[in-house]
Amino acid sequence: MSFGPFLLLALLEGTVMAAVLALTAVGLSLVFGVMRVVNVAHGEFFMVGAVLAWFVTTYLPFPPALSWLVALIIAPLIVAAIAALADTLILKRLTYDPEATIVATIGILYMLQQAVLTLYGPDARPVPAPFEWRIQTPWFGYSGYKLFVVAASGAILTAVWLFMTRSRAGLVMRATQVDRDIARAFGINVDRVYAGTFALGAGLAAVAAVLIVPIQQAHYLMGHDPLLLSFVVVIIGGLGSIRGTLVAALVIGLSDGVISMFFSPTLAKILATLLVAMVLVFRPQGLFGAKA
Amino acid sequence: MTRKLTGLTASRRAVLQGAGAGLLTAGFVAPIWAQAAPIKLGFQLHRTGIGAAYGRWYERTAQAALKMVNDAGGINGRPVEIVFEDDGTDPKRGAEVVEKLTRQHNCDLIFGPLFSHVVIGSAPRAGELKVPYLVCSEGFHVAGGKLNRWSMQPGITDVRAQVQSMAPWVLANLGKKVTMVFPDYAFGHDHRDYFTAAVEAGGGKVLAQIAIPPTETTFTRYMPQIPTDTEVLYHVMVGPAVLTFVKELGEFYGSGAKPQIFGFIDSLEAVDMASPGLEFLEGSHFWEGHCRNKQPDAPDYEATYRAAVGVDDNGASVSDPKDISTYGHMFSVWETLHIIKAGMESAGYQGAADRQKFVEAVEAMTVIPASLAHVQGEKVFNGKTHQVFGLQFISRVEGGKLVKVHTSSMEDGMYPDAVDFSTQSF
Repeated sequence: MSFGPFLLLALLEGTVMAAVLALTAVGLSLVFGVMRVVNVAHGEFFMVGAVLAWFVTTYLPFPPALSWLVALIIAPLIVAAIAALADTLILKRLTYDPEATIVATIGILYMLQQAVLTLYGPDARPVPAPFEWRIQTPWFGYSGYKLFVVAASGAILTAVWLFMTRSRAGLVMRATQVDRDIARAFGINVDRVYAGTFALGAGLAAVAAVLIVPIQQAHYLMGHDPLLLSFVVVIIGGLGSIRGTLVAALVIGLSDGVISMFFSPTLAKILATLLVAMVLVFRPQGLFGAKA
Repeated sequence: MTRKLTGLTASRRAVLQGAGAGLLTAGFVAPIWAQAAPIKLGFQLHRTGIGAAYGRWYERTAQAALKMVNDAGGINGRPVEIVFEDDGTDPKRGAEVVEKLTRQHNCDLIFGPLFSHVVIGSAPRAGELKVPYLVCSEGFHVAGGKLNRWSMQPGITDVRAQVQSMAPWVLANLGKKVTMVFPDYAFGHDHRDYFTAAVEAGGGKVLAQIAIPPTETTFTRYMPQIPTDTEVLYHVMVGPAVLTFVKELGEFYGSGAKPQIFGFIDSLEAVDMASPGLEFLEGSHFWEGHCRNKQPDAPDYEATYRAAVGVDDNGASVSDPKDISTYGHMFSVWETLHIIKAGMESAGYQGAADRQKFVEAVEAMTVIPASLAHVQGEKVFNGKTHQVFGLQFISRVEGGKLVKVHTSSMEDGMYPDAVDFSTQSF
């Protein structure tokens, strides 16, 4: 394949990856920003979203497009409910102590993973894409659905940004982020804000999963990669900064796409991890994070 | 403050005496009980992890073979029992499972693991525990001498023999310039090394070798590495994402020009050929260890085998047509259990003390005729390399079904011995 089309394919793949990364990482970033909780179970919320999408599309007697749309609504709601429950039952009782919540979310990670293994089984199962459309260039074919994923994640990120900056709930969340005690003094129900934020973060992971699962497959171990990459993105972008998350996702996604194609995917991962190490050493708060 | 011992509270002495008596009794009783007990076979199963699709069917096949053996009177007149233990397709847990099956469950031997990295990680422990370890793994690590005298592969041909049998046909019928796509671990490396050697020996050329980690979930990024002058694309993939791999391959070529495609059925084991996105495979070829779609010339006993393992003529579960079997590989479990029976009977196997006699009895095996017990076909066992050799099949996808177009000969897969286990100590 000559250089031009090669680069085009690399950029396409990179853009898809950036979109997915941004969508997955924004939930993690939000939870850390508002609650100061490092949610290690984030990847498992993603996985549960994908598995729920499989259940919905398999058992609803609708055409693929419709049942997928239903999954896009139901799966995030269920995942958000699980997260809200986990927050109320576990994290709240630990008074959101940073070290304790890390260990607790590791526990949640294993509980979710093993529950899915028990109820859903160890197999990878395909979820049909809502539409089958292939773009044929003179050099290669490309899935039209992947481009839809880019557009959809752009729309969802815009919605999250509008929610945080324009809505009353977003204002309350930002107020809690800045100072939880003052927020409480102003009559904000901080417990409810925390439960809501945790649910929103998990719900966003589930939305990302429902978008992604037609180009992957639903599998109980699929949460590892999104977790790792979300952390990479969030550390580089700065925990808690949505803008930073977006920029870091673009940097990591595009460089991964290009480096994987022209060199090797392993090298791309090595460089991303090196970048994380560099950021931690020279700018621990991340590129866009506020100094702690 | 002291506490008085009442009659109801057991004193330390009483507890120790009781425990001691219990231990003594157990010690006396156990050997007598063991003689009447069933033969216990340990099965190292990939029930979870990346090998789970194989594990599901290996367990079913083992249960079916077990029923057949027990219905026919067991082994040496004793009933047989299988203890299944999940290793999560993980080498570290594999070694622990070997330990657990041997020491805790007191199994007479262990069989069944498939994934080569797990086998390579577990076999040394089996050697240390001096327990026969019969793998169904295809890898060249057994015949290549990497393992030990306790490890054998009597149920399925190894990758080296498989790919060596395929190369002449591929070169003669599909093309001379080959690009290989394979999983980046021991099993894939066997494909890379021995298929490349066989292609070069046959006057062809391997243009590129593309290694993909077996845990990878997205593959499009690897495909531009396929050189455009490739005549034959050779693919073999494993793990939960095989369907994604084949789909993305189809997407990548789309409706444009594409090379001839030759795959190992591993890339599609447990995957429905009718899945959307796989239409491009029509007309492509596959290696099959055992033909998934029942062929017109299938021997009579194949119907009995399919019924026993619960697979229909299309290779799907009889209870769920969407549950596709790992038909191309799972016969190895069936055949290995029958080798165990034959080996134990010829060794006059009584208990763990006869494990060495069992290994020697299997080493003495040579020609194994095709039968219901050896349903995949006739085989030749090499006692020096602990490896069995059999026939390989090439099928073409026609109307979504795999139709056999070529059967290799036994000689196609033979190669000089790389090791002589029979001279090594136990």
